[in-house]
Amino acid sequence: MANSFTCNIVSAEAAIFSGTVEQVVASGIMGDLGILPGHAPLLTELQPGPVRVFHDDGKEEHFFVSGGFMEVQPSGVTILADSASRATDLNEAAAEEARQQALRALNEKSAELDYGRAAADLAEAMAQLRTIQQLRKKAGKG
Amino acid sequence: MAAAKEIRTQIGSIKNTQKITSAMEMVAASKMRKAQDLMRASQPYARQIRNVVGHVADTNPEYKHDYMVERDEVTRVGYIVVSTDRGLCGGLNHNLFKALLKDVVGWRKEGAELDFCALGTKASTFFRSYGGNLVAAKSGLGESPTVEALIGSVTVMLEAYDEGKIDRLYVVYNEFVNTMTQAPVVRQLLPLSTDIGSDETTQDAENARPGSWDYLYEPDAKALLDSLMIRFIESQVYQAVVENGACEQAARMIAMKSATDNAGGLIDDLEMVYNKARQAAITQEISEIVGGAAAV
Repeated sequence: MANSFTCNIVSAEAAIFSGTVEQVVASGIMGDLGILPGHAPLLTELQPGPVRVFHDDGKEEHFFVSGGFMEVQPSGVTILADSASRATDLNEAAAEEARQQALRALNEKSAELDYGRAAADLAEAMAQLRTIQQLRKKAGKG
Repeated sequence: MAAAKEIRTQIGSIKNTQKITSAMEMVAASKMRKAQDLMRASQPYARQIRNVVGHVADTNPEYKHDYMVERDEVTRVGYIVVSTDRGLCGGLNHNLFKALLKDVVGWRKEGAELDFCALGTKASTFFRSYGGNLVAAKSGLGESPTVEALIGSVTVMLEAYDEGKIDRLYVVYNEFVNTMTQAPVVRQLLPLSTDIGSDETTQDAENARPGSWDYLYEPDAKALLDSLMIRFIESQVYQAVVENGACEQAARMIAMKSATDNAGGLIDDLEMVYNKARQAAITQEISEIVGGAAAV
């Protein structure tokens, strides 16, 4: 049995990644999922968070998605991300700034406070930080 | 010399117009490149989500989504009409509305009522004069429209579908064939046509038979398919809008190019008339002098 499969990551704005991989790890709505070749067909919603892709040459690549869908077919994985970016593009300072802004917005008792939006912003900023921290941990080890 | 002077002013004003149209042509050409990039950038997503929805249509699902079920009786039809915000783009909008009306007449014959959603100023203006039940409108999308800007109008139509107010939903827009050709198309969004299929044949043999398998769904089929379908429709409408945007710039470029060429032709003709008038005036003067000298 082949030990690799194709993986496509697309966002509404652009195609992010397409290639042959050995494993994909994504954070689904019910928890993290590791997909290996020959996985049963699966459809899941994704949480904002990192998607890790293990290439067939042993390299590992990180992406950040802020929600979306993942479709698993035995022959391949398709990730329809709301917006995706390569994790190395993420700027920790910008993520921290966004998190602070979201917190401030939550704390401020202003009349036109949009609670849902602020909470979503906060979740996204946290997820970005999580991706960065994962990357950093790996860099520290390696 | 009065006639000659008038012609000179006319030539001057046409030259000014020509300058404007040729500037607009160049602006449209550069904007077209950007609009085409935008169109290409969003194509992978639209294609992939189409594939996924195609797979879903092939399954034997535990939950059949409302959007996939053909309704027996069609009493009301919804149209999302994508037009430009500005004019001066040749017959682009006109051809689109003609294609729409052809479709509309067909439904009228079958006794169906119609609801419209106008994206772009030109469509709103059209429905103001044409009549028709306009339920949602959005204009001023600009050169790089965002999905967020469209969600509102799309939601209105989807809610109408969910509530059974409309039984079919179409999107009407211009398809970008190439720079010279734009073709108006009327495409059915809902219910999802059964032949939507996936254009890839990468499915495994065990899954080749439609209806013989099903996905594992997380969290559950209903919640997942609901949001997937909404995302799918949004992406299809977004794709229509960016494609129409590329068409707009291409059509404007062509229209302005022909306007510039026409102005050149007009100027040539007027130059000829001007020269004739000038020569006639000179000849007249000379004959007057000669006539005067002979009389002395």
